[in-house]
Amino acid sequence: MPVNHTTLESETSMLTIHDLSATVANKAILKGLSLRINAGEIHAIMGPNGAGKSTLGYTLGGRPGYEVTGGSVDFDGQDLLSLAPHERAAAGLFLGFQYPVEIPGVSMVQFLRESLNAQRKARGEDPLSGGAFLKLAREQAALLKLDPEMLKRPVNVGFSGGEKKRAEMVQMGILDPKLAILDETDSGLDIDALKVCGEGINAIMRRPDKAVLLITHYQRLLDYVKPDFVHVLAGGRIVRSGGADLALELEEQGYEGAVA
Amino acid sequence: MTALPTRHDEAWRYADLAALAPVWPIATETIVVAPGETGARTLVVDGAAVHDFVITLGAGAEFAFHLLNAPRGYGRVAIRVTLGRGARFHLGAAQVAGGEQTVEIVTEVVHAEPDAVSRQVVRQVLAGRAVGNYLGRVVVDRGAIGTDGEQSIRAMLLDRGATANARPELEIYADDVKCAHGCAIGELDKDGLFYLASRGLPPAAAKALMLQAYLAEAFVGAIDEDDLTTAALAALEHLL
Repeated sequence: MPVNHTTLESETSMLTIHDLSATVANKAILKGLSLRINAGEIHAIMGPNGAGKSTLGYTLGGRPGYEVTGGSVDFDGQDLLSLAPHERAAAGLFLGFQYPVEIPGVSMVQFLRESLNAQRKARGEDPLSGGAFLKLAREQAALLKLDPEMLKRPVNVGFSGGEKKRAEMVQMGILDPKLAILDETDSGLDIDALKVCGEGINAIMRRPDKAVLLITHYQRLLDYVKPDFVHVLAGGRIVRSGGADLALELEEQGYEGAVA
Repeated sequence: MTALPTRHDEAWRYADLAALAPVWPIATETIVVAPGETGARTLVVDGAAVHDFVITLGAGAEFAFHLLNAPRGYGRVAIRVTLGRGARFHLGAAQVAGGEQTVEIVTEVVHAEPDAVSRQVVRQVLAGRAVGNYLGRVVVDRGAIGTDGEQSIRAMLLDRGATANARPELEIYADDVKCAHGCAIGELDKDGLFYLASRGLPPAAAKALMLQAYLAEAFVGAIDEDDLTTAALAALEHLL
């Protein structure tokens, strides 16, 4: 399977995954996965249950327990795999969780301000003041139609499924990453929330200097966030790549039909 | 002058007796809250220190004791409380220790008369080879019906070598009483830590944030809640 459009050398590679293998609890999940994402592009990875989609997200995020056994990942000129999770975030990587974690007792505002300022410090930038941070947080909450009062509540505690996912997008807006890997951001969303999240992703990330990797089961999110490339992940590798129309084909034929 | 306690004495069973010897005997601080009156006390133990309190609450009196036990060496806070009719006692205590330290909170809450309420909330963060103890006895005297006693004891162990001894005890000589205790000893949620790290927080900052929130449960309702929280954070940063 060719890495997409390697001939267009003028484009800037944001993420280059080469022959990546990874295990979880000693079980091989990723088996030689290669993928290149350029700045300005939105890629979608689709695939059946157990294909390794979430493992790819967690491996790129550096989650403990996801062990890389081979291959390399270059992120904007850096060896991503040599960085700790918080260093990957500071380098501009954002991982949107399928199941955002609840942190009792820690308010969203405190958590996000400390996170943002930790990233800024790592990049040699000055911290954002309390006032400037709150202004930014309110703007991003408004973009995702999330009640700004929710930012005062403990992280994800008592949030509905849809609120958690919208809160993830608010976090993305505040942290302003270069590359967002969004793991099933569409799961647990009703149709209205899906639209809001889709529009949020476009507003925050569809820029020439940013890129997105959407991990999803279904085509429906792609109605709102139109991907430039769609890949099918099966058995721990990319088995097929195409344009946006591949998602429609998958929806019609199922994974078995499309990768046969 | 009383003799130095030994390990045979239940209240000193897990104590750091070597650290105790130079400061023995301990002066007892007495607090009396008159019937119907309200009192409060905040204590931050940040030096090497051993404290001993005897508190008496008259009928309908209320007293709230909030403390942070984060000494440099051995730190012990012992509290004996006697509750009159309908009195209310609240203890919110946090302990933070690392290295080879021993910290302990030892309570005896005596419901001497009917309808008194006692609440004890203890949160501990223990690292290294530290030992954190809570020995808490609730005594319900004969005739103290309508007693309502509760102990919520939790400890967070940051390292394999750390130890938490939690021993809530009930001694009940009356009918129609409500006494509950809960104990939990655990470690930091790894999923939570990764989530915080994925947003850019370095490991020590992520741990401090989660542990600060955990300890804050002990400070709810304290007059000096902010001071206690700030002191707890400083103790945590020293530890992490």
